[in-house]
Amino acid sequence: MAIKEVFAIPARYRTWSLALMGVGILSVIIGFFLYGTGEHPARFWATMLQNSVFFLLVTNAAMFFLCATTLAMGGWQLTFGRVTEAISVAVIPLGIIAFIVLICLVTVDPHIYHWLHPHGDKILEGKSAFLNKGFYITWTLLTIGLWIVLGYKMRQLSRETDNAPLGDPEAGRRYIFKNTVWAAIFIVWFALTVMSVTPWFWLMSIDAHWYSTMYSWYTFASTFVSGMSLITLFVVFLKNQGYLEYANEEHIHDLGKFMFAFSIFWTYLWFAQYMLIWYANIPEETVYFKSRVTSKNHSGPYTGLYWLMFCINFLAPILILMRRGSKRNYTTVTFMAILIIFGHWLDFYQMIHASLFPDHVTLNLFDFGVAAGFVGLIMYAVANALTKAPLVPKNHPFIKESIIHHT
Amino acid sequence: MAVKKFVVGCFDDEGPLFDAVKKVRKSGYKLHDVYTPFPIHGLDKAMGLRDTSLHTAGFLYAIFGTTSMLSFMTWVFTADFPLNVGGKPHFALPAWIPITFEFTVLCSCVGMVITFMYLCQLAPFVKKHHFHLRATDDKFVMVIELTSKTNESEVSSFLTGLGATEVNVQNAETGWWLGRYDKEQKLFVEGQSETVSA
Repeated sequence: MAIKEVFAIPARYRTWSLALMGVGILSVIIGFFLYGTGEHPARFWATMLQNSVFFLLVTNAAMFFLCATTLAMGGWQLTFGRVTEAISVAVIPLGIIAFIVLICLVTVDPHIYHWLHPHGDKILEGKSAFLNKGFYITWTLLTIGLWIVLGYKMRQLSRETDNAPLGDPEAGRRYIFKNTVWAAIFIVWFALTVMSVTPWFWLMSIDAHWYSTMYSWYTFASTFVSGMSLITLFVVFLKNQGYLEYANEEHIHDLGKFMFAFSIFWTYLWFAQYMLIWYANIPEETVYFKSRVTSKNHSGPYTGLYWLMFCINFLAPILILMRRGSKRNYTTVTFMAILIIFGHWLDFYQMIHASLFPDHVTLNLFDFGVAAGFVGLIMYAVANALTKAPLVPKNHPFIKESIIHHT
Repeated sequence: MAVKKFVVGCFDDEGPLFDAVKKVRKSGYKLHDVYTPFPIHGLDKAMGLRDTSLHTAGFLYAIFGTTSMLSFMTWVFTADFPLNVGGKPHFALPAWIPITFEFTVLCSCVGMVITFMYLCQLAPFVKKHHFHLRATDDKFVMVIELTSKTNESEVSSFLTGLGATEVNVQNAETGWWLGRYDKEQKLFVEGQSETVSA
């Protein structure tokens, strides 16, 4: 069967991505002059933080998926493996943007992190060995830098076989081993960043007095399920454009399973964090939920948003994606993928904004505009990366396993 | 249940099975079932079996578990025996979620196991006819039901032509029964009925 190996960006797609990026840049400029230079620059920077970190983690989840499946000797993901790789390319521009934003947060200091001024605050002074400018900048640089470098290495390994077929099974074994080694290095670094230290720095330190041991896992689950949704969206898009002939509903089914399972995993972490704090009922812990959830005679300003987010991220996936048929249906899966990404974007919104502005919800067009800009950037970067390499890694030892995959 | 007449064909590999199933269905013979030592991917589709409704049953059991446990705990802790636990409200929903979850899973899986046993006609003390004992070991056994319109020698030679290494005709009870295997019934088919070997 002749297959279309190289992706060509459709004109409308390019227009859309450029338009969305334009909306984003416009929103950032307007937002900067509207909020960033005013009395409360935190309003501007909080939105920048939310969007840059969220979309960075979502695209980076693609590389995590690639490495995790490589380590697990998975073969089924290979028919759309190049899509995953292309999504991880977006980590480079998003990482640079996020890095600039994060550095501004500690150097320009728009009152996002109050741990920057620990003097006179016993708790913050005690945490200052960890929460300080130097460590923050170093760790941020290392985090984003190593994601980019290790991601690049993984993509290079995948490209290696394109023009140089592996001669014999022994060469194939060596190739797989080399892949697992680099994937393992990425996973270890991923564990030290997304799954532990980095969300403490970037997000949890907004509430510097408060802490939760679940927080990083929660962040990971949130972005991983969105990342799987993003992969699904691109796979369905390419299928609709007539590419990825080898990827079929069996692969979509497994992607749907990931979306389903990790939505429940996210809920599990959400609940574990919530229930322990609710049960212990210690004021310095429950303060986190004061603006977010309802108590007996108090309902915070973010309550509605919070439960809306919960319904989108838990009830909708569990009820809609439970059936086998709905995970194999391109329309349902696309709808759910968009819904899940939006839901977790809202989740990030409440994680950041409910801590900074506990008195009122400030969600408006500015936030959506910035989000649109990041969406456009991802669309542009991923499509660009897709044109750079054949869509099927035809010499990979496991490619046949992926083609005949069925569930 | 009824005793019916079957033609039983044994295959050595799963390979020719797909082709055989396709041809049997095309020829219009009534395919009773295929017995294999291990699950074979895609065979259900080839045989034209509909999707199992086991998961629907599991969902219903799960809903039953959730609602019954939640309503039971609500009744106990708000109406029957309200206790002040750490100043929490009597209707302490978050604390009940783990129990509700566990009970949901318990209902769902135990219910599904029982349903599965029922659908497969498996239960303690219940007997079911074996068409070929080696279907649990290394043979792939295809069973075709004989109707008034099919001729047993014709079906036998048809199966042999498809690559069956061993073909025989059996009169068998289709359902399950409580009790024992008939003393007269030999589990190994040699001698009980005619055997056509390839």
